[in-house]
Amino acid sequence: MKSPAFDYIRADSPQHAFELLAKHGDDARVIAGGQTLLATLNMRLSQPALLVDIAGFDAWRGIAVQGGMLRVGALTRHSEVESSPLVARHAPLLAQAAPHIAHRAIRNLGTFGGALAYADPAAEWPACVLALDATLVIASAKGERRVAAADFFQGLYTTAMHPGDLLMACEVPLIGEGERQAFSELSRRQGDYAVAGLAARAKVSGSTLRDVRLAFLSLGDRPIRARSAEAALQGGAIDDARLAQVDAALRAELDPFDDLTHSAAAKKQLAATLMRRAVAQLIKEKS
Amino acid sequence: MNHPTEIPTRRDLGADLPAVTEDQRHIGVAIPREGVRRLTQGRGQFVDDIELPRLAHVVFWRSPVAHMRITRIERSAAQALPGVIAVVVGAEIAAICKPWVATLAHLAGIKSAPQYPMALERATWQGEPVIAIVAETRAVAEDALGLLEVEWESLPAVLDTETALDPATPLIHPELGDNLCFTRSLDTGGVDEAFARPDAVAFEETYVFGRHTGVTLEPRCQIADWNPGDQKLTVYHSFQAPHMMQDLYCRQFELQESQVRVVCRDVGGSFGIKVHAYPDDFATVALAMLLQRPVKFVADRLESFVSDIHAREHRIRARIAATKAGEILAFEIDDLTGIGPFSMFPRTSGIEGNQVVNLTGGPYKHKAYRAKLKVVFQNKVPTCQYRGVGHPIACAVTEALVDGIAAKIGMDPIAIREANVIPDDAYPATGASGIKLEILSHEACLREAKRVCDYDALRAEQSQLRKQNVYRGIGVATLIELTNPSAAFYGVGGARIASQDGATLRLEPTGVLTVMSSVGEQGQGAEAIFAQIAADAVGVGIDRVRVVTGDTDATPYGGGTWASRGAGIGGEAVLQAGLVLRENILATAEAILQRERSGLKLHRGAVVDARTNERLLDLAELGRIAYFRSDTLPKTFTPELMVTRHYAQRDYPFIFTNGVQVSHVEVDVDTGFVKLLKHWAVEDCGRVINPMLVDEQMRGAIVQGIGGALFEECLYSEDGTLRNGNMADYLVPMAGEMPDIVVSHVQSPTRSSQLGAKGAGEAGTAGAPGAVMNAINDALAPFGARVSSQPITPEKILRALGKI
Amino acid sequence: MNTPTDSPKRRVRVEVNGTPIVREVECRKHLIDFLREDCGMKGSHLGCEHGVCGACTVRLDGQIVRGCLVLAAQADGHRVDTVETSTPSKRLKALQDAFVEHNALQCGYCTPGMLMAALELVEQKPDADRTQVREWMSGNYCRCTGYHAIVDAVCAVLEQQRAGRFADEPVASADEVRA
Repeated sequence: MKSPAFDYIRADSPQHAFELLAKHGDDARVIAGGQTLLATLNMRLSQPALLVDIAGFDAWRGIAVQGGMLRVGALTRHSEVESSPLVARHAPLLAQAAPHIAHRAIRNLGTFGGALAYADPAAEWPACVLALDATLVIASAKGERRVAAADFFQGLYTTAMHPGDLLMACEVPLIGEGERQAFSELSRRQGDYAVAGLAARAKVSGSTLRDVRLAFLSLGDRPIRARSAEAALQGGAIDDARLAQVDAALRAELDPFDDLTHSAAAKKQLAATLMRRAVAQLIKEKS
Repeated sequence: MNHPTEIPTRRDLGADLPAVTEDQRHIGVAIPREGVRRLTQGRGQFVDDIELPRLAHVVFWRSPVAHMRITRIERSAAQALPGVIAVVVGAEIAAICKPWVATLAHLAGIKSAPQYPMALERATWQGEPVIAIVAETRAVAEDALGLLEVEWESLPAVLDTETALDPATPLIHPELGDNLCFTRSLDTGGVDEAFARPDAVAFEETYVFGRHTGVTLEPRCQIADWNPGDQKLTVYHSFQAPHMMQDLYCRQFELQESQVRVVCRDVGGSFGIKVHAYPDDFATVALAMLLQRPVKFVADRLESFVSDIHAREHRIRARIAATKAGEILAFEIDDLTGIGPFSMFPRTSGIEGNQVVNLTGGPYKHKAYRAKLKVVFQNKVPTCQYRGVGHPIACAVTEALVDGIAAKIGMDPIAIREANVIPDDAYPATGASGIKLEILSHEACLREAKRVCDYDALRAEQSQLRKQNVYRGIGVATLIELTNPSAAFYGVGGARIASQDGATLRLEPTGVLTVMSSVGEQGQGAEAIFAQIAADAVGVGIDRVRVVTGDTDATPYGGGTWASRGAGIGGEAVLQAGLVLRENILATAEAILQRERSGLKLHRGAVVDARTNERLLDLAELGRIAYFRSDTLPKTFTPELMVTRHYAQRDYPFIFTNGVQVSHVEVDVDTGFVKLLKHWAVEDCGRVINPMLVDEQMRGAIVQGIGGALFEECLYSEDGTLRNGNMADYLVPMAGEMPDIVVSHVQSPTRSSQLGAKGAGEAGTAGAPGAVMNAINDALAPFGARVSSQPITPEKILRALGKI
Repeated sequence: MNTPTDSPKRRVRVEVNGTPIVREVECRKHLIDFLREDCGMKGSHLGCEHGVCGACTVRLDGQIVRGCLVLAAQADGHRVDTVETSTPSKRLKALQDAFVEHNALQCGYCTPGMLMAALELVEQKPDADRTQVREWMSGNYCRCTGYHAIVDAVCAVLEQQRAGRFADEPVASADEVRA
């Protein structure tokens, strides 16, 4: 189908965008990469009066190490994250996750910030930034503010952003000494939304894990930290008995929805399998 | 996994059989299709590429619910939108287009209700067209959809096939008396006796096959152009059977053939989806006539999912009996299938179930068979013939039963097949269901399958890997496919669907050859193989041949593309026309050269001395004289350099083909995910005209079969609305998950034609679901788990394994 | 809210296959409708119009995109390349030839998008093996072939490239393309 009619304005600065958003309120929608928005419009699932294109804010695009953090501009394309040497070095979790995002043609236009702001619980970046304890930098007419990833994702397609806010960047702590990161997901077809996915990281020494983070995608209404399972993995050697405890803790704390072809029970089984494989990978992986 | 094909495609199979023409250089050879080069440059001409003066665009307001009574339609706001040309309701279309009832006389008792291009008082499935909006652009027409005010009363929907015939279930068409479209029983006798034999072992299972749809990448589309000046209708169509549509337009709109032209240029995939007459298709033609201007309909993908036919949806209870020694004694099936609210026009929706009855157990020599079929109406999208028609169902059921019984008696899956297939020297033969089998090669194909997949090595690797908790499975499926149908398929039942096809060959003045065929091109390579056949039949190089198809004004009359008949029927017509043209050319040469015919030969584009091969007359010179210098020819002689021949297969109801597929999979028993490692297909489509085309056609069909086995299903909610009617949620197979597919050929030419070609279009789809399901069950065997419901999802595998 | 009678337009300038094209287009119009309806370039196809099938894949500033998920207005001031170009690069020409040679198309409806996707693969992932080719091409739907011949054709062109056949036509790296 064809989009319903709308107006389109390229904002020439964040200030310009804020003004347009203030003036048009709910009738305006921000477009950056547009890879989700335009599909939605082509199905006539929403009817904005105005698209405000912010893709031209060059200062909001790019990847750099600043102040001990990896700063990824919100307008950075997925494929730029995918091929960035800085990302590969300082946040390998993101580099591992990137190829799972749809397909190359989508990754060439879709933006890092767009995916975070849309907060699809099945998307890769929200789970990754949650696992990485990243900070989201939000800009508005009143200035900038920072929100921890753990506070940013508040529900299905719902974030800590207010009307008129724009996501500007994401600040990711650099991978630490002894830290390992592992991303994996199960999707029916390459590039499809995952049935279940896991962004994991931990400080590893021998077969002991500390500071464990397990952030699941497609297992709830937002990216889900499995805190009980994390706690059960914390410290001490990991053996089969420990893993069984972790497995049980994980299944107890997850509360997924059915999707079109998978029951909540299947999703828990997949999540538990991903957890076991991630733990094995974290322990086995050469540092 | 995904290694390059170790066994290279054989480029030339022509020499494996006696030649069919005097100097056979093209038939049997893997010649690339030069005709598709334009498609690599974006220079095709698909229907949506065509723009005409006064062109308008139609969109349909379709029922949003499964069953409803329309109580009010207010169209004034939509009509008032600038750019909107007309807003039209069902009764206005019905005034110029007659309703239809799709039944066939030879499907005894089949019934359906009158169907109109657009719903009148009731809509009976989500997606049934109700209101048409014609506008200057598609976007404006869609804008106007939002301005329609439609009120309706929801009616109870019949969805579950199991309860469709219960007295408590409402009737979709009260005048029919029940929700039964068609039923059939077949009993050879001896089934109960076979199961009761003291040495008999039985295996029983229930199989479920989900609803699929075809998802041609180019959606259904057409431009209907009614010219009031000459009272003629031209329809540019993306379709498989132009003459059939011409006939239907004539009948439904009371026109004569001379008033209707159907043009099918590039068609972006069809697979049976584009061989049916759709309500919105007739509505589009009606609108063009009402508005007296061309109207374009291009289905949006979202509406394709609720307006293209769906297919399959079977529940089959089945059992098999064999002796402990491995002799198959009997098959029994009970098939329940749902087809939506109407039998689809004009082929009916009874054929698929009928085929399941005919084909189950088809490769084997047992004598006892009993089958029951019930085809019921429901308030879902109508189902009808889609690639493989019944074959994937029959094959998967048969082959799963054979594997099931083999496991029970401890026999190897290939060994039990070798012991039970109808042997290669036993033809012609009659199958237990009564099907007539001309010539098949099950034994040769099983031997070749074992060789190409290195079966023993696969088994050894499988048992080795099981020790490391890696679960691989090898699945075998033996299959038969009906091709080259005679009039027994549709014609005898009263359907005006041609089983014959025609070819016209014309030698042009410059010596090039034009072939006009009633079989068209949808990507399968019909035009390419017709060029190969024509080149050899006449005796010219293929670079001198061009092919014209897809225009009822230009080609001979014929059936078109369906039931794997293009090569076997259309190809034979080309061959026969070519051989006559060759004789006519030589007769012309005789007149020009004043030499005895017996001393002349047509060889590689020239008339030559039959003994010495000395070139005597180039075809360009012959053409020049024949067309422009008739004054130099004897008065009693007229060159006939355009020849038409027709062919219909009349020896058998169908010419069956056969083949064997082997699927190699790995099941992740913790996730239920299946990895397809490799797939082998041995096929026997008789004489292969172009092995490269057959190979990829087999592969494409196999991938379509894999789609049904693992991925594709139209999922309905409890209220009868489709839950996954979009490209993201309806999972068609993509490159990443598909295996490399090795194709190997055995050639048993049919004797019903000189060419000897049988069909190759659907066998892949027929065999893949059975092979893949058997492979998965083979992988799951150590756990005592089985799956028998397709698509086989991770969920179903995890449940079978007891993991959830 | 806009009413449907009020469909705002923008003037755009897009370089299509090397030719600058200036048109007044509705803001809502996506790039493929712009190419097909406003530029007369029918070589790029719509298969789903919701960003899944890949039939509409074209290159925007040298990178593949889904043409149905880009507005013509967004492409204003940018460069678009399609399979319809009359001056194909050596790699594109080689892919076109390989698709014919390997029978990597049947109906041809997916082929323009398939070729655009393959071209970026050949340019950006010269070392891709067969599995990686399958993964890369998995964003483009083909219902006719079994993908096998498409993979064969792309692998053949990668081989040609590794043998130095396109050495005189260097490819910009991904980063250079972006810069």
